Amino acid sequence: MKQLPPEYYTELEEIQAVDFVIVELVLYLHTHPDDLEAVKQYNEYVKLSKGLKKEFEKKYGALTSFGYSYARYPFDYKEAPWPWQV
Amino acid sequence: MSKHTWYKTYRPYISPMDPCPPITVKRYSTPPELYVGYQPPGLAQFPAYEALKAGTLWKCFYDPYYSVKEMKKGVRE
Amino acid sequence: MWVYEKKLQYPVRVSTCNPRLAKYLIEQYGGADGELAAALRYLNQRYTIPDKVVGLLTDIGTEEFAHLEMIATMVYKLTKDATPDQMKAAGLAGHFADHDKALFYHNAAGVPWTATYIQAKGDPIADLYEDIAAEEKARATYQWLIDLSDDPDLNDGLRYLREREVIHSQRFREAVEILKEDRGKKKVF
Repeated sequence: MKQLPPEYYTELEEIQAVDFVIVELVLYLHTHPDDLEAVKQYNEYVKLSKGLKKEFEKKYGALTSFGYSYARYPFDYKEAPWPWQV
Repeated sequence: MSKHTWYKTYRPYISPMDPCPPITVKRYSTPPELYVGYQPPGLAQFPAYEALKAGTLWKCFYDPYYSVKEMKKGVRE
Repeated sequence: MWVYEKKLQYPVRVSTCNPRLAKYLIEQYGGADGELAAALRYLNQRYTIPDKVVGLLTDIGTEEFAHLEMIATMVYKLTKDATPDQMKAAGLAGHFADHDKALFYHNAAGVPWTATYIQAKGDPIADLYEDIAAEEKARATYQWLIDLSDDPDLNDGLRYLREREVIHSQRFREAVEILKEDRGKKKVF
């Protein structure tokens, strides 16, 4: 069984923090579409998130399927552990 | 936004006929969304990691709930 | 369509093997004000609400599925290695007899989830007021769960979920303001 190194958890938490800012900003933007600063901040965080996920996926495998991540050989998206198991 | 408290209390009526030792004060939550109105732009934010831990990006909405048990133990930060 | 990301929205931690807490938490899995009810309520109402707020219902509804997965993770971790005797001692013998450790959409009292928990009136204000009420009820449920729990790590996750209800309620309240605004009038903050 594949065991995860301790840095898996800190690296995952970095992504969770950045993605959380994105979630909060998107809910805010639904009711504040004219807030230019919020749109800019949203885009900055999207860039951050994409960068972090690229590195994370290299180490631990794909985070998404359906074309949102490139697949590697062998196909690792299907591999455990799943989020509730880690 | 003016400063509000996120918790209020009331004192339930105590009857000599009540079988359990009385809870003298009841607390209830009156969270920030009751007061903020339409959120103005440019409000203070938490940095990303603190925002995740707080459950909100916006400082004015941060209102953590602690049980009486936790408050007695001093868990509340 | 929807896309799954192989990560939780928030790092869920649980300190002890405590199936009794799982029994209470299942309220937010398959209960009236739980995360499943919330997700299905918003994602169903969105088809018959003004375009201005469809996106908000879609994204909050989607976030509710992330919260459902967090609750499932808590229940899973609290019961994973519990013995049948521990399940029995936790009041989960009835659950165990029917489902073993499988999760099921029912509330803390074992009542199965029903569509009667949610409404879709087709009236935007009625539906958004229902949504605001649902968020406040879910917030209250998290308070009572925190009161029942003595697991500090679990309470950390529950506090996060309670705070999300605060934000969702805020956004639904703003959605009401958007819909009641007179046409052509510029919003003033």
